[in-house]
Amino acid sequence: MDSLLFLTQLFNGVSVASLYLLAALGLALSFGLMRVINMAHGEMLMLGGYLAYLTLIVVPGPLAILIAIPVAFAGAALMGGVVQTALISRLAQRPLDTLLATWGVSLILQQAARDIFGAIGVEVRAPDWLGGGMAVGGVNLPSTRLFIIAVTIAVLAGIALLLKRSRIGLLVRAVNQDRMMAGAVGIDVRRVDLMVFCLGSGIAGLAGVVLALLGPVTPNVGQSYIIPAFLVVVMGGLGSLVGTTVAALILGLFSALAQIFVDVSMAQVLLLLFVILFLQARPQGVIAIRSRALDA
Amino acid sequence: MPDAAIAIPPRATERRLPGARLRRFVPWALLALAIAAPFLLSAYNLNLLARFMAMAILALGLVLIWGHGGILSLGQGVFFGLGGYAIAMHMKLADLPAGELPDFMVWSGRESLPFWWQPFASPAFTLAAILIVPALVAALFAWAVFHRRVGGTYFALITQALALAFATLLTSRQDVTGGFNGLTDFYSVFGFGLSRPAVAKGLYWVTLAILCLAFIGLRLLLASRFGMLLRAVRDGENRARFLGYSPTPFKVVAFAIAGLLAGVAGALFTLHAGVVAPALVGVVPSIEMVVWVAIGGRYSLAGAILGALAVNLARDGISSAMPELWLYLIGALFILVVTLLPNGLAGFARARFGGEGRA
Repeated sequence: MDSLLFLTQLFNGVSVASLYLLAALGLALSFGLMRVINMAHGEMLMLGGYLAYLTLIVVPGPLAILIAIPVAFAGAALMGGVVQTALISRLAQRPLDTLLATWGVSLILQQAARDIFGAIGVEVRAPDWLGGGMAVGGVNLPSTRLFIIAVTIAVLAGIALLLKRSRIGLLVRAVNQDRMMAGAVGIDVRRVDLMVFCLGSGIAGLAGVVLALLGPVTPNVGQSYIIPAFLVVVMGGLGSLVGTTVAALILGLFSALAQIFVDVSMAQVLLLLFVILFLQARPQGVIAIRSRALDA
Repeated sequence: MPDAAIAIPPRATERRLPGARLRRFVPWALLALAIAAPFLLSAYNLNLLARFMAMAILALGLVLIWGHGGILSLGQGVFFGLGGYAIAMHMKLADLPAGELPDFMVWSGRESLPFWWQPFASPAFTLAAILIVPALVAALFAWAVFHRRVGGTYFALITQALALAFATLLTSRQDVTGGFNGLTDFYSVFGFGLSRPAVAKGLYWVTLAILCLAFIGLRLLLASRFGMLLRAVRDGENRARFLGYSPTPFKVVAFAIAGLLAGVAGALFTLHAGVVAPALVGVVPSIEMVVWVAIGGRYSLAGAILGALAVNLARDGISSAMPELWLYLIGALFILVVTLLPNGLAGFARARFGGEGRA
């Protein structure tokens, strides 16, 4: 096999994994806490992308993209807060119904984006300092993709720090370990839910900004990343940041390396087969803090 | 299990509402109307009704797995598509002069028929494939996931990935699947010309008969010991396990039956619609199938049929006039039905007018 192609795909795999991870982090965090999946999570990516587009219109200059990141984070976090308060918290204990209701939200947000920004999508031009690339050992590493990996590492470090060192993180870990006991000792469980949900949505919004650097922002840009992100959650294991990260890396690398041998659509099929096979060996996911066996 | 928390309206057998006797005749009156429909409706409307009835067959399967099994599938479009493509492949081959290739294969420059197309020239093989392939794929898939005790939300997410992979694969293999446009331009099925009005009526009655058969079959199944155990697994999988029942076979069989019904529905739909394409079987249509049942009532077979008919009728009316409005509407329907009316219209009707408990 061509080793240059292999190395290129390895690099692409890491950058794809970064996107999967940014998209999946919020899902995994709130799934660990509440056992619900927000199907409108992909639209948080979309929202982040459009907010980046709007920010770049308002703010000129090469560093506008760095301003777009907090803007997108805040916007998506706000939207996430609304969805959580208005809908998901009312459907507590009904995870499958939550899937359906949030899918409704997703349809409405997509159509709203189509009506406001048009179906074709908008272009977010990467600033010049992200235009070039690096060549390492003959492998071309585009700056945008390096930027994505850097952002992902920063986000991951930030979350790990937040969870391990801050008071909020302590509360989150407590609820994550035992929701009922956490409530019994006086933790406001619903507020923790809301905070984590906003944080997760915000991360997705931030992911939308980096996604916008790769291609046009369309009303269904979130859809193309969200299903792999769901698979990351399925494979990652309940309530473990490390598990989610490892799962994202495995799936990102698998899909990039599979594309050496087969086309994109076949790689998608293989990815799904791989996840199903993986669950045969480890039904509890990469890392499981709690077992799934008595979950239902 | 979360679904257990849903309030079940009290059985209303004691309430003797006026018209309770009359209500027993409503289903029979509807059936009589359905049988007479070919004489009452225009050819166009009859075709629409036939399509919607095909979809109602799929909806019945969702009542079995989702309502009574607690298994949410966001990938029923896959099994629908397997049935649809099977009959479509047969029809593409049936009218072909010997040695020639279907039109789209010629356009994409194929020289020969793929080996897995060849047996579909036989009507018997095609019928067998429609009945067996979707059910078998559903059974294998469900077994692979359920036997390792992965279920609930995880299962729903995996089925959605399945729908995505299926639709992407169909779209990308232009030369053997017809790609984005799918398979279309059919002239006859099993020797009957599709353009003849008598054949259209006959196919309508076939669809109606299969729908009734599926309805009766599932009614019996849900009332049987199997149905009871399926509900037991839904409400407390671990309790069922501790009582000595393995939940996996019940879930796998239920999922396979739903797959079978979806496959038959797909084949019938393709006959009536004259086309099968990735856009009819992918992620979005798959989840729309769930909304038919959510609106009709996930525990009620009759509700699912009415839900499938009503949603598709509304879709047809609204989306041709204002396609944008339809997406807002179906999104809002999803949210409202799930939050306010978790038992669907059937549950609403039952609470309001009394009637049978949940099957």
